[in-house]
Amino acid sequence: MMLKETIALVTGGSRGIGRAISVRLSASGAFVFINYHQNEKAAAETLRIIQDKGGNGEICRFDVSDFTTTQKAIRNIVKTKGAIDILVNNAAVSIDGLFVRTKEQDWNDIIDTNLKGTFNCCRAVTKHMMKQRSGRIVNISSVVAEGGNAGQTLYSASKAGILGLTKSLARELGSRNICVNAVAPGFIDTDMTGSLSEENRAKIISQIPLSRPGTPEDVAGTVAFLVSRDADYITGHVIRVCGGIYI
Amino acid sequence: MTVEEQVKNIIMEQLNVTEEECLPEAKFIDDLGADSLDLVELIMAMEDHFGLEIADEELAQISTIKDVIDYITSKQST
Repeated sequence: MMLKETIALVTGGSRGIGRAISVRLSASGAFVFINYHQNEKAAAETLRIIQDKGGNGEICRFDVSDFTTTQKAIRNIVKTKGAIDILVNNAAVSIDGLFVRTKEQDWNDIIDTNLKGTFNCCRAVTKHMMKQRSGRIVNISSVVAEGGNAGQTLYSASKAGILGLTKSLARELGSRNICVNAVAPGFIDTDMTGSLSEENRAKIISQIPLSRPGTPEDVAGTVAFLVSRDADYITGHVIRVCGGIYI
Repeated sequence: MTVEEQVKNIIMEQLNVTEEECLPEAKFIDDLGADSLDLVELIMAMEDHFGLEIADEELAQISTIKDVIDYITSKQST
């Protein structure tokens, strides 16, 4: 129970990787705020899983792409719980398609949620973490941020932006004992990757040295490590959890 | 407590300095050993304590304890 009595916020915690992270952090003892935007039923299900395992948490609706709403929501968490120890920026959308056919709105939607959402949440927690003289931020990026992927130009751009944010923030906040790291998942079995055809799926898996897609739990385990005391001396790092698809 | 006393208390707590070091002309960075992040934290603490907002443009004019006291006094009298 290494995270006993810590307060965590996981954005996009209702499904997929976010759900697995929420469940895993709560299993380590953290009180987890499960942020969601639209799918309340799925968020409630994440909370039920947590409670079934004897953990504690709360669902928490806000749109990470909205600066003011996000500030308010996080201020509320600090007000009711007295602290914010862990932030996991996981909320993300993906609109795939060939670049030449992309729309301006696609760019706006992806950047607003993935990159600006990460900024909004970091901006809201840093003041409190600086005062606490402690904090852990884990940003969920992607291997496509480093390796690129045809059909995911906008998504890659947003996820690469997250890496720059992570590294600069790590430099700026290190003296306040705040660690900022990124996790870059590869091909993970979630709703986001579920829409692929069997053929495309098989093609991707054939490129993975570990010969299987990742699970949300694979990613959650790495996040749990980064927010634990075992990672006290790690900041500004990017850990790929991708079965070797990008080396 | 006067504004001066309140300001000095916040500075002593934030920058971990003694009352003797808190001379009106003491410069935060040169004399009190603050770095840029300390200065921002100090300003945030002042904002919380006095319930006001100090704009980034105005920050440039603040470098000594007297600057802070004068700034807050002028804001409070308006």
